[in-house]
Amino acid sequence: MGSLFTHHRKKILAVVGIVSLLMAGLVGHLGYLMIFRSEHYSEMADELHERERTIKAARGEIVDRNGTVIATNRTVCTVSVIYNQVTEPETVIEALVRELSLPEAEVRKKVEKRSSREIIRTNVDKEIGDRIRGLSLAGVKVDEDYKRYYPYESLASRVLGFTGADNQGIIGLEVRYESYLKGRDGKILTLSDAKGVEVENAAEERIEPVPGNTLTLSLDVNIQKYAEQAAYQIMEKKGAKAVSVIIMNPQNGEIYAMVNAPEFNLNEPFVLGTDKAYANEKERQELLNQMWRNRCINDTYEPGSTFKIITAAAGLEAGVVSLTDRFSCPGFRIVEDRKIRCHKIGGHGGETFLEGAMNSCNPVFIDVGQRLGVDAYYHYFEQFGLLGKTGIDLPGEAATIMHKKENMGLVELATVSFGQSFQITPMQLVTTASSIINGGRRITPHFAIRSESKDKTMVREFTYPVREGVVSEETSRTMRHILEQVVAEGSGKRAKLAGFRIGGKTATSEKLPRSLKKYISSFLGFAPADNPQVIALITIDEPVGIYYGGTIAAPVIADIFANILPYLGIESSEAFD
Amino acid sequence: MAQNGNRKKKKPRRFYDYSLLVTIICLTVFGLIMIYSSSSYNAQISGLSASYYMTRQAAIGLMGFAAMLLISKMDYHFFAKFTYLSIIVSYVCMILVNFTPLGYEVNGKKRWLGTRNMRFQPTELVKVTVILVLAVIITKLGKRINEWASWAMIGAILLPLALLVTMNNLSSGIIICGIGYVMMFVACKKKWPFLTVVAVGAAAYLFAEPVAQALLKAKILQGYQVNRILVWKNPEAYPLDGGYQILQGLYAIGSGGLLGKGLGQSIQKLSFLPEPQNDMIFAIICEELGLFGAVFVIFLFLFMIYRFMLIAGNAPDLFGALLVTGVLAHIAIQVILNIAVVTNVIPNTGVTLPFISYGGTSVLFLMVEMGMVLSVSNQIRMER
Repeated sequence: MGSLFTHHRKKILAVVGIVSLLMAGLVGHLGYLMIFRSEHYSEMADELHERERTIKAARGEIVDRNGTVIATNRTVCTVSVIYNQVTEPETVIEALVRELSLPEAEVRKKVEKRSSREIIRTNVDKEIGDRIRGLSLAGVKVDEDYKRYYPYESLASRVLGFTGADNQGIIGLEVRYESYLKGRDGKILTLSDAKGVEVENAAEERIEPVPGNTLTLSLDVNIQKYAEQAAYQIMEKKGAKAVSVIIMNPQNGEIYAMVNAPEFNLNEPFVLGTDKAYANEKERQELLNQMWRNRCINDTYEPGSTFKIITAAAGLEAGVVSLTDRFSCPGFRIVEDRKIRCHKIGGHGGETFLEGAMNSCNPVFIDVGQRLGVDAYYHYFEQFGLLGKTGIDLPGEAATIMHKKENMGLVELATVSFGQSFQITPMQLVTTASSIINGGRRITPHFAIRSESKDKTMVREFTYPVREGVVSEETSRTMRHILEQVVAEGSGKRAKLAGFRIGGKTATSEKLPRSLKKYISSFLGFAPADNPQVIALITIDEPVGIYYGGTIAAPVIADIFANILPYLGIESSEAFD
Repeated sequence: MAQNGNRKKKKPRRFYDYSLLVTIICLTVFGLIMIYSSSSYNAQISGLSASYYMTRQAAIGLMGFAAMLLISKMDYHFFAKFTYLSIIVSYVCMILVNFTPLGYEVNGKKRWLGTRNMRFQPTELVKVTVILVLAVIITKLGKRINEWASWAMIGAILLPLALLVTMNNLSSGIIICGIGYVMMFVACKKKWPFLTVVAVGAAAYLFAEPVAQALLKAKILQGYQVNRILVWKNPEAYPLDGGYQILQGLYAIGSGGLLGKGLGQSIQKLSFLPEPQNDMIFAIICEELGLFGAVFVIFLFLFMIYRFMLIAGNAPDLFGALLVTGVLAHIAIQVILNIAVVTNVIPNTGVTLPFISYGGTSVLFLMVEMGMVLSVSNQIRMER
């Protein structure tokens, strides 16, 4: 065996020296990783470990002008299983099948599926959820959740709207005021291992949820209910397709009621009527969309004679006509090469402008329109706000469909003068009529009055634009007088209500195409006629039999007014007569 | 050998490196604690008892410890008699594990011989064999070790074995070559071949990426091998494929900070880091015990290497010195490689941390090596 030389010792020393240097280098690198990069890696690691569970925020309630809750939340449960934690799958399957009344095969499939969390059923009643929780089955989780609930079911369905699976608004005010209503979800941050099992004793970080704001509407549940009842009655009586009613305060644009009969059940917004047949999912969705339409604002129609209010106001404002101007109606008027008929075949004969309005005489209004001319008429059409939208706080408002000014000849002008050949929404008509009778203030129709946080610390009053000087005070006064006379002695006399001064205008619009002979009967009324506090429009879509607005629509408004005027504190003037 | 007999008659006071013994005990016990800490959660999840891995390792550790004490009391020259046997057994085992169905596969890696419960890794045996065989040959050759013919002979005996090991797993091949390199470096007077290897290695390390790309184009390296280099350069870009393990390790190290989360408080061991008791156990040490804990472990190893150096330097003859040098090289290379992999200084390759990582064969043969070193230390005569 050889002996050890110095060079061996030296080389061993060299090896150890190099080893020490390498290790020192590694220590240096470790120091860099664990001190300077510590924050970076800790953050990335935390992100990986923390499991976020959201605590759903309660959606804000919607209340009517008197504080009656019309949209609220119900606590429901979501039942789910966590595969890794289930110890007795058979017991779990048996219990879930029994409690949730689900087919066994379905539950078994979900329980035996290897996934971190399998949802067995959502929207389970709290009572059942509590019972399942009481069974203390390992691996079965019962999470509480909120579900939107509408205590009045179908009341003002298209106005309120409803929410979807994630509690987000889908139509109506629920969509429009989503940001106020939805609140902010809270969070529970827990640590979990790679398999998703929560680490016990790890600090939990909890961020409390903030419930959504309470939204106060101008809607009045009592008025809405009454209007709905009246709408359903006339719809049934006349075999009509649909009936819409808008009731508003013409002074400030607060809407008291908006009815679109037939309404649908907000608690089951995806359930179609039994009479609706569909072949596929696309057709079903189409039918649902139809069902959810708010015809008062989403659809346009030819307003017909109610639009004579606008022609009259324009004529008066421009000074081309006065109450006593005389006209003659032979039963038609020839404009250029066209013979345009009055609804009274024999003609109204000689009449004043006021009488013409009371008779709803087409030739009179054709003449007023012709006196104004296309330019002036178009000017007032625009001035009254008819070209734009009303700005109502509901989604999907339809715009006016009107001739382009350059394409408008005298014939078009004549038809527009008595409300034909163009389309507006019922809401637009009510809003424009309001600004004509309220002294010339174009108000913005709206529902939302106030939004306040649950603890009342944050309150927001909504304000809406008002445009002054749409018509002069004098024109406005004259218009109120004319429309009161229409009801007192003219075509709208069936809207008369003892003890109240009612103004209004009837209309019977022929639907397109005219050959089908389908009509929309309508009546626009307001009260008191000298100082309007409430304005109402009813449109009856495709009534069967007698279809004249003055005959079938006007009495409905009279009936509604008879009930809501005393309710609104508008005194009967009978005592002073 | 005659001198030896002489010494025995005089019964001179013999040295025994108790500091090394204590260091070995410290590292092994510390390893057991860390194995328990890092494996208990996963063991329970897979339905085993929390101390399953620790108990197994402790049992083998105790056996190894007994063997070590026994070996340490033998005269190390006696080991030379096993040269032929060990080399034959090594070859047979490597061939069996590589080419026959006797090789037992775990996680898709065929590295074991035996059955599920009784199995061992032949590559660990080869490491000891290489140390022993090289020490014997170099001592026999004496000054002729500096001749090229001797190098050729050594290469003929050991290179096929190293190749078999490399085929089995790259990291063990690297370790065996490293051990050979260090022992030859210490034994030979030549310097330039060794310096050339260092220079080439350093260059390859520094220009790994372009070199790998070039080799890929030349079709020498496979795509997955180049991929490993790319992952190493930027593990965060491959969080789900190759970079997962290394990234999870870095999360563990980084979130440890200066003082760590405290023993048992690792989050990364909760199934994020696969098999945290194995190759990546150093990351868990960092996470739980912080930079201080990690540096303490490195110092323990450095102290161990320092003891090896003292023993080798004072060994009664070249054979003993070379045995200790081989063990020194083995421990040093494995520690450096392991920590370098865990901290992503070099590309990921499976190297265990001696005494600490879980692995029965590794601990058993480490104990045998320690026994050999202690035996050499025991032959050092104390001077009065």
